[in-house]
Amino acid sequence: MEHTLPALPFAMDALAPHMSKETFEYHYAKHHQAYVTNLNNLIKGTDFESKSLEDIVKSAPAGGVYNNAAQVWNHTFFWNCLSPNGGGAPAGGLADAINKKWGSLDEFKKAFQTSAVGNFGSGWTWLVKKADGSVDIVNMGAAGTPLTAGDKALLCIDVWEHAYYIDYRNLRPKFVETFLNNLVNWKFAEANFA
Amino acid sequence: MNFPQRAFPSSTLATSGGISTAMLENMSFPYELPALPYAMDALSPVISENTLRFHHGKHHQTYIDALNKAIDDTEFQAMPIKAMILASGAGGKTEIFNNAAQAWNHAFYWDSLCEKGGGDPSPILKQMIDASFGSVEACRQELLHAAVTQFGTGWAWLVLEGKKISVMKTEDADTPLTSGMKPLLAIDVWEHAYYLDYQNRRKDHVAGVIDKLINWKFAADNLA
Ligand SMILES: [Fe+2]
Ligand SMILES: [Fe+2]
Repeated sequence: MEHTLPALPFAMDALAPHMSKETFEYHYAKHHQAYVTNLNNLIKGTDFESKSLEDIVKSAPAGGVYNNAAQVWNHTFFWNCLSPNGGGAPAGGLADAINKKWGSLDEFKKAFQTSAVGNFGSGWTWLVKKADGSVDIVNMGAAGTPLTAGDKALLCIDVWEHAYYIDYRNLRPKFVETFLNNLVNWKFAEANFA
Repeated sequence: MNFPQRAFPSSTLATSGGISTAMLENMSFPYELPALPYAMDALSPVISENTLRFHHGKHHQTYIDALNKAIDDTEFQAMPIKAMILASGAGGKTEIFNNAAQAWNHAFYWDSLCEKGGGDPSPILKQMIDASFGSVEACRQELLHAAVTQFGTGWAWLVLEGKKISVMKTEDADTPLTSGMKPLLAIDVWEHAYYLDYQNRRKDHVAGVIDKLINWKFAADNLA
């Protein structure tokens, strides 16, 4: 199947000033689009052509097809982790699981901040639900995704430099802090946890 | 704190023909940011003054600061930087390796570029490149391809292995030093190297670097 760039769940300027319209003009319209275009080009005439995006991510060997498919999936997931009315606190079962693991939302934020800032190079930092129902933070490299690890993705932040360079330059800690305080879409994470 | 003094003769340390690299290799703990071998605006318009201010003043500085923090009060503190890279890499000391390697890679990268660079290498290097790649143009193309296809963060390199010159790419902070190769040139393809000037267009950036900035004299000096 021909993969297409999914619509953003908000307007390009909806997250300003935390993430500028200019950032989305590149991150969404150029980077995300390029992964979609590359994927379509790479799978033309191969067995992957008939597979769903998730199946490609789960079955492709390390290399171009995997990298582009996983980056398409990760970015779509990441946009959903952001909200113009983001921040605040999770509710329900997810709140309980976070408290059980880290003691409090503040302690979770500290742990997530440390992980995302320390995720060396390009990659993704995830909040995941494990098979036993507990939650954890996982750092992954370049096109890493929990789809291949069997954990359920709840939330993620893109820590490739392109995610924050226009708005924050080298200051990744500031970007992660803003994500946690002003952008994170807990409703989306709660729905993934349920 | 106690800072052991090094007993290495300077000849074993000063192995690079470049100003920044030699500065770094001759330093001891606590490390300082090696100076750029040119003015901040010397590489413009391929690499703007703004980019260099962040890349050198913030990114490279941060690696230096993180390195000092990571090696403080460890056995690595007394090692020259190259030995530190090899020892921390082999010993699985990721934090030290990443920052030591990035400290060195960046110094080597500054020396790999120059104002009015590009063009053709000097006769001896050109002869070796012709023997290894067929032509200087083929070498340029291979270097461009490596830089463009390094997925995520990393580096493209021209290296010497025995008598043969080849192109390699490395991920994140990885450096040819750990595989026993002799680096001749480095191109940084972390997004911070080009995002302010080229955003997502890495290929345009690298093509400009190879065409206009590559310091072939530095590469030739590294053959020795
Ligand atoms: Fe991204
Ligand atoms: Fe860099």
